[in-house]
Amino acid sequence: MTATISTGTASPIDRNALDMPSLDIDPFSMEFLSDPHPAHEILREAGPVVHLHKWNVYAVARHAEVWAVLNDPQTFCSSRGVGLSDFAKEKPWRPPSLILEADPPAHTRTRAVLNRVLSPAVMKQIRDRFAAAAEAKVDELLAKRSFDAVADLAEAYPLSVFPDAVGLRQEGREHLLAYAGVVFNAFGPPNELRQTAIERSMPHQAYVAEQCQRRNLAPEGFGGCIHARVDAGDITETEAPLLVRSLLSAGLDTTVNGIGAAIYCLARFPDQWARLRSDPSLARNAFEEAVRLESPVQTFFRTTTRDVEISGMHVDEGEKVLMLLAAANRDPRRWDNPDSYDITRRTSGHVGFGGGIHMCVGQLVARLEGEVLLAALARKVATLDISGPIERRYNNTLRGLERMPITLTPA
Amino acid sequence: MATINFVRSDGRAQSFAADSGSVMQLAIANGVDEIVAECGGNAMCATCHVYIDDAWIDRLPAMDEAENALLDGAAAERLPTSRLSCQIPITAELDGLVLRLPDRQV
Repeated sequence: MTATISTGTASPIDRNALDMPSLDIDPFSMEFLSDPHPAHEILREAGPVVHLHKWNVYAVARHAEVWAVLNDPQTFCSSRGVGLSDFAKEKPWRPPSLILEADPPAHTRTRAVLNRVLSPAVMKQIRDRFAAAAEAKVDELLAKRSFDAVADLAEAYPLSVFPDAVGLRQEGREHLLAYAGVVFNAFGPPNELRQTAIERSMPHQAYVAEQCQRRNLAPEGFGGCIHARVDAGDITETEAPLLVRSLLSAGLDTTVNGIGAAIYCLARFPDQWARLRSDPSLARNAFEEAVRLESPVQTFFRTTTRDVEISGMHVDEGEKVLMLLAAANRDPRRWDNPDSYDITRRTSGHVGFGGGIHMCVGQLVARLEGEVLLAALARKVATLDISGPIERRYNNTLRGLERMPITLTPA
Repeated sequence: MATINFVRSDGRAQSFAADSGSVMQLAIANGVDEIVAECGGNAMCATCHVYIDDAWIDRLPAMDEAENALLDGAAAERLPTSRLSCQIPITAELDGLVLRLPDRQV
Protein backbone atom coordinates (compact mmCIF):
# COMPACT_ATOMS: atom_id res chain seq x y z
CA MET A 1 0.00 0.00 0.00
CA THR A 2 1.62 3.26 -1.06
CA ALA A 3 0.77 6.90 -0.63
CA THR A 4 1.77 9.63 -3.01
CA ILE A 5 2.94 13.11 -2.16
CA SER A 6 2.97 15.48 -5.12
CA THR A 7 2.89 19.16 -5.93
CA GLY A 8 -0.52 20.70 -5.39
CA THR A 9 -1.75 21.64 -8.85
CA ALA A 10 -5.50 21.64 -8.53
CA SER A 11 -7.06 25.03 -9.26
CA PRO A 12 -8.86 26.67 -6.34
CA ILE A 13 -12.20 25.90 -7.95
CA ASP A 14 -11.88 22.16 -8.35
CA ARG A 15 -9.98 21.51 -5.15
CA ASN A 16 -11.54 18.39 -3.84
CA ALA A 17 -14.35 20.02 -1.92
CA LEU A 18 -16.37 17.01 -2.95
CA ASP A 19 -13.78 14.34 -2.31
CA MET A 20 -12.31 15.19 1.03
CA PRO A 21 -14.46 14.00 3.92
CA SER A 22 -14.95 16.56 6.66
CA LEU A 23 -15.68 14.85 9.94
CA ASP A 24 -17.17 15.94 13.20
CA ILE A 25 -14.63 14.07 15.32
CA ASP A 26 -12.52 15.70 18.03
CA PRO A 27 -9.48 13.47 18.57
CA PHE A 28 -8.75 15.32 21.82
CA SER A 29 -12.16 15.03 23.48
CA MET A 30 -12.44 12.98 26.66
CA GLU A 31 -14.81 10.63 24.87
CA PHE A 32 -12.31 10.02 22.07
CA LEU A 33 -9.37 9.64 24.46
CA SER A 34 -11.17 7.13 26.64
CA ASP A 35 -11.62 4.72 23.69
CA PRO A 36 -9.99 5.95 20.47
CA HIS A 37 -10.19 2.75 18.46
CA PRO A 38 -13.73 3.01 17.00
CA ALA A 39 -13.04 6.60 15.93
CA HIS A 40 -9.64 5.60 14.51
CA GLU A 41 -11.44 3.11 12.29
CA ILE A 42 -13.88 5.76 11.09
CA LEU A 43 -10.98 8.12 10.32
CA ARG A 44 -9.02 5.41 8.48
CA GLU A 45 -11.98 4.29 6.40
CA ALA A 46 -13.25 7.77 5.54
CA GLY A 47 -10.33 8.42 3.18
CA PRO A 48 -6.56 8.81 2.87
CA VAL A 49 -6.86 12.39 4.20
CA VAL A 50 -9.75 13.86 6.14
CA HIS A 51 -10.60 17.34 7.38
CA LEU A 52 -11.55 17.75 11.04
CA HIS A 53 -13.63 20.89 11.31
CA LYS A 54 -13.60 21.10 15.10
CA TRP A 55 -9.94 22.26 14.96
CA ASN A 56 -9.72 23.02 11.23
CA VAL A 57 -6.93 20.54 10.63
CA TYR A 58 -6.28 17.73 8.19
CA ALA A 59 -5.66 14.22 9.46
CA VAL A 60 -4.06 11.04 8.13
CA ALA A 61 -4.88 7.75 9.84
CA ARG A 62 -3.74 5.07 7.36
CA HIS A 63 -0.25 3.62 7.64
CA ALA A 64 0.82 4.54 4.10
CA GLU A 65 -0.10 8.22 4.44
CA VAL A 66 1.30 8.56 7.97
CA TRP A 67 4.53 6.98 6.73
CA ALA A 68 4.64 9.31 3.72
CA VAL A 69 4.13 12.43 5.86
CA LEU A 70 6.77 11.31 8.38
CA ASN A 71 9.25 10.77 5.58
CA ASP A 72 8.81 14.10 3.77
CA PRO A 73 10.03 16.69 6.29
CA GLN A 74 10.57 19.28 3.56
CA THR A 75 6.86 19.37 2.79
CA PHE A 76 5.62 18.56 6.29
CA CYS A 77 7.77 20.65 8.60
CA SER A 78 8.26 20.52 12.35
CA SER A 79 9.60 24.02 12.96
CA ARG A 80 6.04 25.44 13.10
CA GLY A 81 5.38 23.10 16.02
CA VAL A 82 4.41 19.43 16.20
CA GLY A 83 1.24 20.21 18.13
CA LEU A 84 -1.87 22.07 16.98
CA SER A 85 -0.36 25.46 17.77
CA ASP A 86 1.27 27.02 14.67
CA PHE A 87 4.46 28.76 15.76
CA ALA A 88 4.20 31.02 12.71
CA LYS A 89 0.97 32.45 14.17
CA GLU A 90 1.17 31.87 17.92
CA LYS A 91 3.89 32.28 20.53
CA PRO A 92 5.00 28.82 21.72
CA TRP A 93 4.22 28.07 25.38
CA ARG A 94 7.93 27.40 25.98
CA PRO A 95 11.09 28.08 23.92
CA PRO A 96 10.87 25.61 21.01
CA SER A 97 12.84 22.38 21.11
CA LEU A 98 16.05 22.50 19.06
CA ILE A 99 15.42 19.00 17.75
CA LEU A 100 11.72 18.10 17.86
CA GLU A 101 10.52 21.49 16.65
CA ALA A 102 13.29 22.08 14.11
CA ASP A 103 13.88 21.32 10.42
CA PRO A 104 17.05 20.51 8.49
CA PRO A 105 19.70 21.83 8.34
CA ALA A 106 19.38 23.07 11.95
CA HIS A 107 17.87 19.77 13.02
CA THR A 108 20.63 17.72 11.39
CA ARG A 109 23.30 19.17 13.66
CA THR A 110 21.46 18.82 16.96
CA ARG A 111 20.12 15.41 16.04
CA ALA A 112 23.66 14.15 15.39
CA VAL A 113 24.61 15.15 18.94
CA LEU A 114 21.74 13.24 20.55
CA ASN A 115 22.25 10.26 18.20
CA ARG A 116 25.78 9.97 19.49
CA VAL A 117 24.81 10.37 23.16
CA LEU A 118 22.11 7.66 22.83
CA SER A 119 23.87 5.33 20.37
CA PRO A 120 23.87 1.51 20.27
CA ALA A 121 27.44 1.60 21.61
CA VAL A 122 26.30 3.60 24.67
CA MET A 123 23.44 1.13 25.22
CA LYS A 124 26.00 -1.67 25.54
CA GLN A 125 27.65 0.28 28.37
CA ILE A 126 24.45 0.85 30.37
CA ARG A 127 22.79 -2.48 29.66
CA ASP A 128 24.04 -4.42 32.71
CA ARG A 129 23.04 -1.62 35.07
CA PHE A 130 19.53 -1.38 33.60
CA ALA A 131 19.13 -5.18 33.69
CA ALA A 132 20.23 -5.42 37.33
CA ALA A 133 17.75 -2.71 38.31
CA ALA A 134 14.99 -4.60 36.49
CA GLU A 135 15.79 -7.81 38.37
CA ALA A 136 15.76 -5.92 41.67
CA LYS A 137 12.43 -4.27 40.85
CA VAL A 138 10.76 -7.57 39.99
CA ASP A 139 12.10 -9.19 43.20
CA GLU A 140 10.70 -6.28 45.21
CA LEU A 141 7.28 -6.62 43.54
CA LEU A 142 7.22 -10.39 44.03
CA ALA A 143 7.66 -9.76 47.74
CA LYS A 144 4.59 -7.50 47.66
CA ARG A 145 2.52 -9.82 45.42
CA SER A 146 -0.20 -7.20 44.81
CA PHE A 147 0.58 -3.63 43.74
CA ASP A 148 -0.31 -0.83 41.35
CA ALA A 149 1.58 -1.65 38.15
CA VAL A 150 1.48 2.01 37.08
CA ALA A 151 3.07 3.66 40.12
CA ASP A 152 5.06 0.70 41.43
CA LEU A 153 6.33 -0.70 38.13
CA ALA A 154 5.72 1.33 34.95
CA GLU A 155 6.76 4.55 36.71
CA ALA A 156 9.07 3.15 39.37
CA TYR A 157 11.37 1.21 37.06
CA PRO A 158 12.19 4.03 34.60
CA LEU A 159 12.52 6.40 37.57
CA SER A 160 15.06 3.99 39.08
CA VAL A 161 17.33 4.04 36.01
CA PHE A 162 16.69 6.96 33.64
CA PRO A 163 17.30 10.02 35.87
CA ASP A 164 20.57 8.45 37.03
CA ALA A 165 21.55 7.70 33.43
CA VAL A 166 20.92 11.36 32.55
CA GLY A 167 23.02 12.33 35.58
CA LEU A 168 20.36 14.29 37.48
CA ARG A 169 20.56 15.32 41.11
CA GLN A 170 18.40 13.34 43.54
CA GLU A 171 16.25 16.22 44.78
CA GLY A 172 13.26 17.42 42.81
CA ARG A 173 12.81 14.37 40.59
CA GLU A 174 9.09 14.37 41.37
CA HIS A 175 8.82 17.21 38.84
CA LEU A 176 9.91 14.99 35.95
CA LEU A 177 6.67 13.14 35.22
CA ALA A 178 4.63 16.25 35.90
CA TYR A 179 6.72 18.25 33.42
CA ALA A 180 6.44 15.56 30.75
CA GLY A 181 2.68 15.47 31.25
CA VAL A 182 2.55 19.19 30.50
CA VAL A 183 4.72 18.85 27.40
CA PHE A 184 2.52 16.14 25.89
CA ASN A 185 -0.74 17.85 26.84
CA ALA A 186 0.56 21.04 25.23
CA PHE A 187 0.72 19.42 21.77
CA GLY A 188 -3.06 19.24 21.87
CA PRO A 189 -5.64 21.94 21.16
CA PRO A 190 -6.54 24.65 23.68
CA ASN A 191 -8.85 22.33 25.62
CA GLU A 192 -9.08 21.94 29.38
CA LEU A 193 -6.31 19.34 29.49
CA ARG A 194 -3.87 21.71 27.81
CA GLN A 195 -4.89 24.89 29.58
CA THR A 196 -4.85 23.35 33.05
CA ALA A 197 -1.50 21.68 32.42
CA ILE A 198 0.17 24.90 31.27
CA GLU A 199 -1.37 26.96 34.10
CA ARG A 200 0.20 24.63 36.65
CA SER A 201 3.50 24.18 34.85
CA MET A 202 5.66 26.97 36.31
CA PRO A 203 7.33 25.02 39.14
CA HIS A 204 8.01 22.10 36.81
CA GLN A 205 9.45 24.37 34.13
CA ALA A 206 11.66 26.07 36.72
CA TYR A 207 12.97 22.70 37.95
CA VAL A 208 13.72 21.46 34.44
CA ALA A 209 15.43 24.68 33.35
CA GLU A 210 17.71 24.51 36.37
CA GLN A 211 18.57 20.80 36.03
CA CYS A 212 19.54 21.27 32.38
CA GLN A 213 22.49 23.43 33.42
CA ARG A 214 25.89 21.79 33.25
CA ARG A 215 26.65 22.39 36.94
CA ASN A 216 23.69 20.20 37.92
CA LEU A 217 24.54 17.22 35.71
CA ALA A 218 26.98 14.38 36.40
CA PRO A 219 29.68 14.59 33.70
CA GLU A 220 29.41 10.91 32.71
CA GLY A 221 25.60 10.92 32.26
CA PHE A 222 23.65 11.59 29.06
CA GLY A 223 23.24 15.23 30.12
CA GLY A 224 26.95 15.69 30.80
CA CYS A 225 27.76 14.04 27.46
CA ILE A 226 25.53 16.57 25.68
CA HIS A 227 27.35 19.46 27.39
CA ALA A 228 30.69 17.88 26.44
CA ARG A 229 29.74 18.43 22.79
CA VAL A 230 30.01 22.16 23.49
CA ASP A 231 33.72 21.66 24.15
CA ALA A 232 33.99 19.78 20.84
CA GLY A 233 32.36 22.72 19.04
CA ASP A 234 29.30 20.77 17.85
CA ILE A 235 26.79 22.92 19.74
CA THR A 236 26.83 26.19 21.66
CA GLU A 237 26.58 26.74 25.40
CA THR A 238 23.06 28.05 25.03
CA GLU A 239 21.96 25.06 22.94
CA ALA A 240 23.19 22.36 25.32
CA PRO A 241 20.64 22.95 28.13
CA LEU A 242 17.78 22.89 25.61
CA LEU A 243 18.97 19.55 24.24
CA VAL A 244 19.13 18.15 27.78
CA ARG A 245 15.56 19.43 28.16
CA SER A 246 14.54 17.16 25.27
CA LEU A 247 15.67 14.13 27.26
CA LEU A 248 13.68 15.28 30.28
CA SER A 249 10.61 16.08 28.17
CA ALA A 250 10.45 12.89 26.17
CA GLY A 251 12.60 10.32 27.93
CA LEU A 252 10.51 9.27 30.88
CA ASP A 253 6.74 9.52 30.48
CA THR A 254 7.03 7.75 27.12
CA THR A 255 8.79 4.71 28.55
CA VAL A 256 6.42 4.76 31.53
CA ASN A 257 3.50 4.41 29.14
CA GLY A 258 5.37 1.92 26.95
CA ILE A 259 6.10 -0.35 29.89
CA GLY A 260 2.58 0.14 31.23
CA ALA A 261 1.25 -0.86 27.80
CA ALA A 262 3.36 -4.02 27.77
CA ILE A 263 2.19 -5.09 31.23
CA TYR A 264 -1.41 -4.32 30.27
CA CYS A 265 -1.05 -6.43 27.09
CA LEU A 266 0.62 -9.38 28.82
CA ALA A 267 -2.09 -9.39 31.51
CA ARG A 268 -4.87 -9.38 28.91
CA PHE A 269 -3.32 -11.92 26.52
CA PRO A 270 -2.42 -14.94 28.72
CA ASP A 271 -1.32 -17.02 25.72
CA GLN A 272 1.28 -14.39 24.90
CA TRP A 273 2.40 -14.25 28.53
CA ALA A 274 2.84 -18.06 28.43
CA ARG A 275 4.83 -17.74 25.23
CA LEU A 276 7.08 -15.10 26.77
CA ARG A 277 7.67 -17.24 29.85
CA SER A 278 8.66 -20.20 27.71
CA ASP A 279 11.09 -18.03 25.73
CA PRO A 280 12.25 -14.88 27.55
CA SER A 281 14.36 -13.94 24.52
CA LEU A 282 11.06 -12.70 23.03
CA ALA A 283 11.01 -9.90 25.62
CA ARG A 284 12.35 -7.23 23.30
CA ASN A 285 9.79 -7.96 20.60
CA ALA A 286 7.02 -8.28 23.21
CA PHE A 287 7.78 -4.69 24.22
CA GLU A 288 7.95 -3.51 20.61
CA GLU A 289 4.61 -5.15 19.81
CA ALA A 290 3.04 -3.42 22.82
CA VAL A 291 4.32 -0.09 21.49
CA ARG A 292 2.67 -0.88 18.16
CA LEU A 293 -0.63 -2.03 19.61
CA GLU A 294 -1.07 0.60 22.32
CA SER A 295 0.94 3.45 20.77
CA PRO A 296 1.89 5.35 23.95
CA VAL A 297 2.43 8.44 21.77
CA GLN A 298 -0.83 8.63 19.85
CA THR A 299 -0.37 11.66 17.63
CA PHE A 300 1.89 14.37 16.29
CA PHE A 301 1.24 17.26 13.91
CA ARG A 302 3.21 18.65 11.00
CA THR A 303 2.66 21.91 9.05
CA THR A 304 2.66 22.05 5.24
CA THR A 305 5.36 24.21 3.67
CA ARG A 306 3.66 24.31 0.24
CA ASP A 307 0.46 23.34 -1.53
CA VAL A 308 0.53 19.56 -1.69
CA GLU A 309 -1.47 16.57 -2.87
CA ILE A 310 -1.51 13.67 -0.42
CA SER A 311 -2.81 10.59 -2.25
CA GLY A 312 -4.72 12.93 -4.54
CA MET A 313 -6.18 15.11 -1.79
CA HIS A 314 -5.24 18.79 -1.90
CA VAL A 315 -3.90 20.54 1.20
CA ASP A 316 -2.85 24.21 1.11
CA GLU A 317 0.42 25.60 2.35
CA GLY A 318 0.45 26.49 6.05
CA GLU A 319 -2.06 23.86 7.16
CA LYS A 320 -1.72 21.58 10.15
CA VAL A 321 -1.71 17.85 9.40
CA LEU A 322 -2.45 15.49 12.29
CA MET A 323 -0.74 12.09 12.07
CA LEU A 324 -2.75 9.47 13.95
CA LEU A 325 0.18 7.17 14.72
CA ALA A 326 -1.97 4.84 16.78
CA ALA A 327 -4.48 4.40 13.96
CA ALA A 328 -1.68 3.66 11.48
CA ASN A 329 -0.34 1.03 13.87
CA ARG A 330 -3.65 -0.86 13.59
CA ASP A 331 -4.33 -0.22 9.91
CA PRO A 332 -5.55 -3.52 8.44
CA ARG A 333 -4.02 -2.45 5.10
CA ARG A 334 -0.61 -2.87 6.74
CA TRP A 335 -1.08 -5.37 9.59
CA ASP A 336 -2.64 -8.83 9.80
CA ASN A 337 -4.97 -9.13 12.81
CA PRO A 338 -4.09 -5.57 13.79
CA ASP A 339 -5.96 -5.61 17.12
CA SER A 340 -4.26 -8.72 18.46
CA TYR A 341 -1.12 -8.71 20.59
CA ASP A 342 1.35 -11.15 19.00
CA ILE A 343 4.83 -11.10 20.53
CA THR A 344 6.32 -12.89 17.51
CA ARG A 345 4.94 -10.37 15.00
CA ARG A 346 7.42 -8.72 12.61
CA THR A 347 6.92 -5.22 13.97
CA SER A 348 9.42 -3.36 11.77
CA GLY A 349 7.67 -0.43 10.15
CA HIS A 350 5.31 0.46 13.02
CA VAL A 351 5.17 4.18 13.78
CA GLY A 352 4.93 4.02 17.57
CA PHE A 353 8.31 5.76 17.69
CA GLY A 354 7.41 7.97 14.73
CA GLY A 355 9.57 7.63 11.64
CA GLY A 356 11.91 9.50 9.32
CA ILE A 357 14.41 12.07 10.55
CA HIS A 358 12.45 12.82 13.74
CA MET A 359 11.98 9.19 14.78
CA CYS A 360 12.35 8.93 18.55
CA VAL A 361 15.99 9.58 19.38
CA GLY A 362 15.62 7.66 22.65
CA GLN A 363 14.14 4.54 21.04
CA LEU A 364 17.13 2.44 22.04
CA VAL A 365 16.81 3.44 25.70
CA ALA A 366 13.09 2.65 25.59
CA ARG A 367 13.71 -0.78 24.06
CA LEU A 368 16.45 -1.53 26.54
CA GLU A 369 14.19 -0.69 29.49
CA GLY A 370 11.29 -2.67 28.03
CA GLU A 371 13.41 -5.68 27.15
CA VAL A 372 15.24 -6.13 30.44
CA LEU A 373 12.10 -5.57 32.51
CA LEU A 374 9.93 -8.02 30.54
CA ALA A 375 12.76 -10.57 30.50
CA ALA A 376 13.07 -10.33 34.30
CA LEU A 377 9.30 -10.79 34.68
CA ALA A 378 9.31 -13.77 32.29
CA ARG A 379 12.03 -15.53 34.27
CA LYS A 380 10.81 -14.80 37.80
CA VAL A 381 7.01 -14.62 37.59
CA ALA A 382 4.51 -17.45 36.98
CA THR A 383 1.22 -15.58 36.82
CA LEU A 384 0.50 -11.93 36.17
CA ASP A 385 -3.14 -10.91 36.57
CA ILE A 386 -5.19 -7.74 36.71
CA SER A 387 -6.72 -7.87 40.19
CA GLY A 388 -8.88 -4.75 40.38
CA PRO A 389 -10.46 -2.01 38.28
CA ILE A 390 -8.09 -0.12 35.99
CA GLU A 391 -8.27 3.65 35.55
CA ARG A 392 -7.21 5.53 32.46
CA ARG A 393 -4.96 8.60 32.55
CA TYR A 394 -5.99 11.40 30.21
CA ASN A 395 -3.44 13.31 28.15
CA ASN A 396 -3.80 14.99 24.74
CA THR A 397 -0.92 12.95 23.28
CA LEU A 398 -0.02 10.09 25.60
CA ARG A 399 -2.16 7.00 26.07
CA GLY A 400 -1.75 5.07 29.29
CA LEU A 401 -3.22 4.17 32.62
CA GLU A 402 -3.52 5.96 35.95
CA ARG A 403 -3.94 2.76 37.94
CA MET A 404 -3.56 -0.95 37.15
CA PRO A 405 -3.84 -3.33 40.13
CA ILE A 406 -1.73 -6.41 39.41
CA THR A 407 -1.13 -9.59 41.39
CA LEU A 408 1.90 -11.78 40.72
CA THR A 409 2.87 -15.27 41.77
CA PRO A 410 6.51 -16.38 41.72
CA ALA A 411 7.84 -18.88 39.18
CA MET B 1 15.95 -5.91 -11.41
CA ALA B 2 18.76 -7.09 -9.14
CA THR B 3 19.16 -10.46 -7.47
CA ILE B 4 20.63 -10.32 -3.98
CA ASN B 5 22.18 -13.48 -2.55
CA PHE B 6 21.85 -13.99 1.20
CA VAL B 7 23.92 -16.50 3.15
CA ARG B 8 21.80 -17.19 6.23
CA SER B 9 23.37 -17.55 9.67
CA ASP B 10 22.90 -21.33 9.44
CA GLY B 11 24.78 -21.45 6.13
CA ARG B 12 21.73 -21.75 3.80
CA ALA B 13 21.93 -19.70 0.60
CA GLN B 14 18.82 -17.83 -0.58
CA SER B 15 18.32 -15.37 -3.42
CA PHE B 16 15.65 -12.70 -3.75
CA ALA B 17 15.15 -10.09 -6.45
CA ALA B 18 13.82 -6.54 -6.43
CA ASP B 19 14.19 -3.39 -8.51
CA SER B 20 13.83 -0.82 -5.75
CA GLY B 21 13.85 -0.38 -1.99
CA SER B 22 16.73 -1.32 0.27
CA VAL B 23 18.44 -4.64 0.92
CA MET B 24 16.86 -4.49 4.40
CA GLN B 25 13.36 -4.14 2.93
CA LEU B 26 14.00 -7.07 0.57
CA ALA B 27 15.07 -9.24 3.50
CA ILE B 28 12.05 -8.27 5.61
CA ALA B 29 9.66 -8.86 2.70
CA ASN B 30 11.04 -12.38 2.30
CA GLY B 31 11.01 -13.36 5.96
CA VAL B 32 14.77 -13.31 6.50
CA ASP B 33 14.59 -13.46 10.29
CA GLU B 34 18.18 -12.40 10.94
CA ILE B 35 17.26 -8.88 9.82
CA VAL B 36 15.32 -7.21 12.65
CA ALA B 37 15.28 -3.57 11.49
CA GLU B 38 13.79 -2.18 14.67
CA CYS B 39 13.90 1.40 13.44
CA GLY B 40 12.27 0.55 10.11
CA GLY B 41 15.13 1.81 7.95
CA ASN B 42 15.95 5.17 9.51
CA ALA B 43 19.60 4.35 10.31
CA MET B 44 19.03 4.60 14.04
CA CYS B 45 19.30 1.11 15.54
CA ALA B 46 21.99 -1.13 13.94
CA THR B 47 19.71 -4.20 13.84
CA CYS B 48 19.95 -4.84 10.09
CA HIS B 49 23.70 -5.52 10.16
CA VAL B 50 25.13 -7.65 7.31
CA TYR B 51 28.58 -8.75 6.14
CA ILE B 52 29.17 -7.93 2.49
CA ASP B 53 31.19 -10.38 0.38
CA ASP B 54 34.77 -9.15 -0.11
CA ALA B 55 34.30 -8.96 -3.87
CA TRP B 56 31.41 -6.53 -3.45
CA ILE B 57 32.34 -4.28 -0.56
CA ASP B 58 34.00 -1.59 -2.70
CA ARG B 59 31.11 -1.53 -5.17
CA LEU B 60 28.58 -0.26 -2.62
CA PRO B 61 27.81 3.40 -1.98
CA ALA B 62 30.15 4.76 0.69
CA MET B 63 28.90 4.69 4.27
CA ASP B 64 28.19 7.95 6.05
CA GLU B 65 29.31 8.92 9.54
CA ALA B 66 25.98 7.93 11.13
CA GLU B 67 26.14 4.38 9.75
CA ASN B 68 29.78 4.10 10.75
CA ALA B 69 28.99 5.10 14.35
CA LEU B 70 25.97 2.77 14.53
CA LEU B 71 28.03 -0.23 13.39
CA ASP B 72 30.27 0.24 16.45
CA GLY B 73 27.24 -0.68 18.53
CA ALA B 74 26.08 -3.68 16.47
CA ALA B 75 25.42 -6.81 18.51
CA ALA B 76 27.55 -9.15 16.38
CA GLU B 77 31.22 -8.49 15.77
CA ARG B 78 31.97 -5.60 13.45
CA LEU B 79 34.17 -6.59 10.50
CA PRO B 80 35.69 -4.48 7.72
CA THR B 81 32.85 -5.75 5.50
CA SER B 82 30.06 -4.75 7.93
CA ARG B 83 27.23 -2.58 6.62
CA LEU B 84 23.66 -1.70 7.61
CA SER B 85 21.38 -3.20 4.97
CA CYS B 86 18.86 -0.34 5.26
CA GLN B 87 21.56 1.95 3.86
CA ILE B 88 22.06 -0.12 0.69
CA PRO B 89 19.55 0.87 -1.99
CA ILE B 90 18.90 -1.83 -4.57
CA THR B 91 20.08 -0.83 -8.04
CA ALA B 92 20.79 -2.76 -11.22
CA GLU B 93 24.53 -2.43 -10.48
CA LEU B 94 24.06 -4.59 -7.40
CA ASP B 95 22.73 -7.56 -9.38
CA GLY B 96 24.50 -10.61 -7.94
CA LEU B 97 25.46 -9.00 -4.60
CA VAL B 98 26.45 -11.59 -2.01
CA LEU B 99 26.10 -10.94 1.71
CA ARG B 100 26.26 -12.98 4.89
CA LEU B 101 23.97 -12.55 7.90
CA PRO B 102 25.21 -12.39 11.49
CA ASP B 103 23.66 -14.69 14.10
CA ARG B 104 22.30 -11.87 16.23
CA GLN B 105 21.19 -8.24 15.97
CA VAL B 106 20.35 -7.31 19.57
